[in-house]
Amino acid sequence: MSHTATHEDHSAEVKKEVTKVTIILSVLTIIELILGFYMMGIEAAGTRLLIKGTIVILMLAKAFYIVAYFMHLKHEVKNLIMTVCVPLCIFFWFITAFLIDGNSFRNLRNTYDPHFKEQSTIKVEAKEAKHEEKEAKESKEEKKEGLKLDAPRTTD
Amino acid sequence: MSTTTTATTTKLWGGGKSPFDVEYGKLMMWYFLMSDALTFGAFLISYGTIRFSTNGWPDPNKVFKSYPFASEGVNAPLVFVSIMTFILIVSSVTMVLAVQAGKEMKKKAVAINLILTIIGGIAFLSCQAWEWNHLHSEGAWWGMNPFLNADGSASSTNFTNYFFTITGFHGFHVLSGVVINIIMLIMTLTDQFEKRGHYLMIEKAGLYWHFVDLVWVFVFTCFYLI
Repeated sequence: MSHTATHEDHSAEVKKEVTKVTIILSVLTIIELILGFYMMGIEAAGTRLLIKGTIVILMLAKAFYIVAYFMHLKHEVKNLIMTVCVPLCIFFWFITAFLIDGNSFRNLRNTYDPHFKEQSTIKVEAKEAKHEEKEAKESKEEKKEGLKLDAPRTTD
Repeated sequence: MSTTTTATTTKLWGGGKSPFDVEYGKLMMWYFLMSDALTFGAFLISYGTIRFSTNGWPDPNKVFKSYPFASEGVNAPLVFVSIMTFILIVSSVTMVLAVQAGKEMKKKAVAINLILTIIGGIAFLSCQAWEWNHLHSEGAWWGMNPFLNADGSASSTNFTNYFFTITGFHGFHVLSGVVINIIMLIMTLTDQFEKRGHYLMIEKAGLYWHFVDLVWVFVFTCFYLI
């Protein structure tokens, strides 16, 4: 019967799509990882920000492929797509508003809270940090105290 | 096939059937996932807000740099977490195959793919358990942060608090996903879906499992890459 033939056609089609999406997801992940490794050697803040932006775009692309193909949303009727996606548009406001708020809070503190600003410029000695890692298990409490005591001492 | 779809789209709001053209349980699963997405979104945005309001932040490449059975001073950033990511992607693929096999009423293929998905989920959880244990042995936990900021200044406990809360919440989702998949496997093997005449339940479990993978895409990017 023709019914079984179309059924098998459809099955092969789905398998093909799954393979395609798997490859796309793997490639996107590998690109993300390459960018991550590449970013380790870069100091310039602007370039780092650009790479981070690229990683976020790749992340959104991965999310699209998972939702559209693995979760099958692309093949559902338009009504279902709309009822799921439209409420999630709140994220546009959510992310923008809160990140701007965080940034503004940092600027305010750096301007009006000298202690906050000073804290972020004091460097804890790297040697001490390494030493801590080794003895972290034995002297968790001691080390925390040490960090707090050491910080003001260096400013004097 | 195409004629029936065009006929149904014009009558979707005509009453007598779901205008979303899916059964009740699947629609409700979508709404649950939508609300869960808002929960995770709120967590991650809170993390972002705190990070934006702080001058320094630890470098993830210096924090997450070890893997199981590695020697003491190993420096291999991103390696272990990329393995975890691939485990989750692969388990998502086997779940798609299980759903598809269910649509074709192939019981054996459903069972095999579900078992592979469960193995993937357990492997991911084991990886996370190792990582948590490793970080804890370095002195990191809720309220304790042994790591310094990237610029060498003292870091606050926000870093570890957010890391353990969000990966823990995600890990709990993975755990419940594995439990759901085990229940689906038992129901498949005891022929419950065969008796019902459809494997629609697998599709709902599949949606949940893909969502867990989806959340990991965001958690992975926010904590390990950026």
